[in-house]
Amino acid sequence: MLVKVAINGEKHEADVEPRLLLVHLIREVFRLTGTHIGCDTTHCGACTVLLDGRAVKSCTVFAVQAHGREIMTVEGLEQDGKLHPLQEGFVAEHGLQCGYCTPGMLMTSYAFLKKHPAPTEDEIRRAISGNLCRCTGYVNIVKSIQHAAAQLQGGT
Amino acid sequence: MALRTTPEVGGMGHSIKRKEDPRFIRGRGTYVDDVVLPGMLYLDIVRSPFAHAKILKIDTAKALAVPGVLAVITGQDLAKYNLHWMPTLMSDTQMVLPVEKVMYQAQEVAGVLATSRYAAADGVAAVEVEYEPLPVVVDPKKALLPGAPVLRTDKKDKKDNHIWHWEWGDRAATDRAMAAADVVVKEDIYIPRIHVASIETCGCVAHFDKVMDQLTVWMTTQAPHAIRTVFALVAGHVGLAEHKIRIISPDIGGGFGGKVPVYPGYVIAVAASVLTGKPVKWIEDRMENLQADSFARDYHITAELAATKDGTLTALRIKTLADHGYADAAANPSKFPAGLFHVCTGSYDLKAAHVEVDGVYTNKPPGGIAYRCSFRVTEAVHTIERMTDIMAHQLGIDPADFRMKNFIKPEQFPYKSALGWEYDSGNYAGALKLAMDKIGYADLRREQAEKRKRGELMGIGISSFTEIVGAGPSKHFDILGLKMFDSCEIRVHPTGKAIARFGTKSQGQGHETTYAQILAEELGIPAKDIQVEEGDTDTAPYGLGTYASRSTPVAGAAAAMAARKIQDKARKIAAYLLEVAPEDLVWEPGKFSVKGSPDRSKTIQDVAFAAYTNHPQGMEAGLEAVSYYDPPNLTYPFGSYICVVDVDKGTGEVKVRRFVAIDDCGNIINPMIVQGQVHGGLTMGLAPALLEEISYDEIGNIQGGSFIDYLLPTAVETPKWETGHTVTPSPHHPLGAKGVGESATVGAPAAIANAVVDALWHLGVRHIDIPITPPKVWRLLRDKGVTE
Repeated sequence: MLVKVAINGEKHEADVEPRLLLVHLIREVFRLTGTHIGCDTTHCGACTVLLDGRAVKSCTVFAVQAHGREIMTVEGLEQDGKLHPLQEGFVAEHGLQCGYCTPGMLMTSYAFLKKHPAPTEDEIRRAISGNLCRCTGYVNIVKSIQHAAAQLQGGT
Repeated sequence: MALRTTPEVGGMGHSIKRKEDPRFIRGRGTYVDDVVLPGMLYLDIVRSPFAHAKILKIDTAKALAVPGVLAVITGQDLAKYNLHWMPTLMSDTQMVLPVEKVMYQAQEVAGVLATSRYAAADGVAAVEVEYEPLPVVVDPKKALLPGAPVLRTDKKDKKDNHIWHWEWGDRAATDRAMAAADVVVKEDIYIPRIHVASIETCGCVAHFDKVMDQLTVWMTTQAPHAIRTVFALVAGHVGLAEHKIRIISPDIGGGFGGKVPVYPGYVIAVAASVLTGKPVKWIEDRMENLQADSFARDYHITAELAATKDGTLTALRIKTLADHGYADAAANPSKFPAGLFHVCTGSYDLKAAHVEVDGVYTNKPPGGIAYRCSFRVTEAVHTIERMTDIMAHQLGIDPADFRMKNFIKPEQFPYKSALGWEYDSGNYAGALKLAMDKIGYADLRREQAEKRKRGELMGIGISSFTEIVGAGPSKHFDILGLKMFDSCEIRVHPTGKAIARFGTKSQGQGHETTYAQILAEELGIPAKDIQVEEGDTDTAPYGLGTYASRSTPVAGAAAAMAARKIQDKARKIAAYLLEVAPEDLVWEPGKFSVKGSPDRSKTIQDVAFAAYTNHPQGMEAGLEAVSYYDPPNLTYPFGSYICVVDVDKGTGEVKVRRFVAIDDCGNIINPMIVQGQVHGGLTMGLAPALLEEISYDEIGNIQGGSFIDYLLPTAVETPKWETGHTVTPSPHHPLGAKGVGESATVGAPAAIANAVVDALWHLGVRHIDIPITPPKVWRLLRDKGVTE
């Protein structure tokens, strides 16, 4: 089946099997490998991308379901050589270690901050509870998201 | 420790930002599943639904008819090359693919090779295997009973399921001390089977180049050099020679011990690539990862602790059954089948101790490995910290006072433990005192007393652990004969920038940053000017890898020693340039100056340039050094953790209200990274304390084989960790550092378990096995008649 999508603003198309998962379309057909796979059961969130602005776990979406839609991946966060405040926040607050869950964390946080620009710590913790991290213990991820929220609120 | 370098140089003690991060936050890391080679094939694996069964027939016809499927590899195929069995790190044997029978649920039965990931999965579904189920042995106690089915029928003359008996310490002295004690407490403690579950699973891309006779394997491994040697030793007879094997460990998405062993999938992928001459990718899915990869722990412990009436600990006796599954595939140093479990006297000045461990075969996956813990140290710490708490409660002494009274005192270091370890340094009372002050211990005890009057369940738990890391001195430590040194090679370029390569492999610990900081400290070259590389056996010096918190104690020391060799040579070059004797120069990081004439100086960059453009006659050009560091002793990080829990009488849920962790890892390289390691370690301590367990039903079906029922902590369950430090430098490490990656995982479970038992002691509860889940607590409360 023909799938046409825009990923990070760039148009892509491919002829794929109907059963192909969106994460495999992104990673293996279009070779954007920042989106990761960590489980088979929609629990870990390493594969989180935005589909028309909404955070989805791309291991549980068929590629064909994304037809005609806009996808944003971690590779789309940096704009014109400028890091997104979330990316800056994760570096500043040591919000990553092995880096494997990081793209999913960033995308979940991106969608969350769009809707909740001034969240409480508790709200942040609930928002990222569908993304598992084995390295950081989450404390610094929460700080990273707070860092980004402050930057975005400040209009910088 | 006073800072010796500026933030721009970024030596030890500076929280510089990580060099790894720019690629990871852009999604530009290279993990093994990101490696794609032209013509690459995909391997998927058929796995057994039975825990113990004869294989009657494997019918591959339907699988081979699936479009894209090229081959189905069975044990019979590998047997032709004598590759159907392989040795484990503990010199036992395990199957790559079975010929006669399977020994655990999810065991590899056949490999399907196809042109795509999906075709390979279709092929797996189409392979038809006929099994004849055999009696299953799940319980290690029953495994040892007369008449239990003998599992390892492949071993001639094996008549039972007992693997080995190991004991350590003075049995007679311990028995005497136990008999003479005023009080002895005894408890059965089960430390369940768990899984590291790094978010990246395991996998590889194996590429055998038939023209060059060269095998390259991109692989999720924590120990690439050791893997290369193992491959050469195991597959030498089929033509793989070590100089023609290259192991590349790319970015690793978490290791925690789970990426130390060689799993059958790697071997099948290599065999498939050697046979086809094509690159072969094997990436396990999460369920394969949880169900078949090496587990951790699974120790059935009976512990007895003895004391005098006044609360002085005197003796410890431990007997343990170690459930290894169907093969002892533990990742331990060869001489220590139970790892470093005999550090179980912990932080206390016990005069007598004896420990026995018996390894047992069952129908479960082989193991065990560590779970972010130096060889079996969590098992040791959990036991002594639980027992100490039980004793304190039994004697009616506050657990903090009780620990203070029994700690090894600062002036006793170096301290020889009753089980033979020489603890290098420590100040246990200092760490506990700081933790108590930080959490407000006295106030919490008052609050607890008031709440108890109102019937509310609040508990305070302490764990004052001693770690043992940095394996290790080559006299005692080897893996398959390979001594456990580690290495660093430094090349300073003419313009004063440098590259350094190591025998270790970071899996998130931030080595690219911290090793550069060590070199910045020793050479004064800014950390940003130092490129750190690991994980490629063609370029890095030989080393035993990263696990058991050994990178800083061993490879970090190698970095310092190699840098000091460079500094020695640099001094001679600077002396030549300044026309003075080498001993007339004063070194500060980055600069030699003439004694008494500080304006006459040469920077390390000046010297580096001269090393290639104007070196003294009679001296070799260049500025390079390599060090293979063999530590004189292990290091002994320690800490005191205090946890406050509230127990819900309606649901049995344990809520960690506060958790203060004071760690002492000696001198600190990067405080930001150390704190991050502690946060992560604490969360991997919380996990087995409250959530994680892999158990089996009576016919060996795994319970907890996916993230649906194997529960990793999310941001919601994880408390806001409060951390702090004391600094007691290691006297023998060149930087006074000790290692920190696993301390918190080792220390945290006991603090949580002690807090829960503390909340329930007055109801008559003495011990609860981890994980302390709501149903387990609720049943206890119901039995005590206090549920709401």
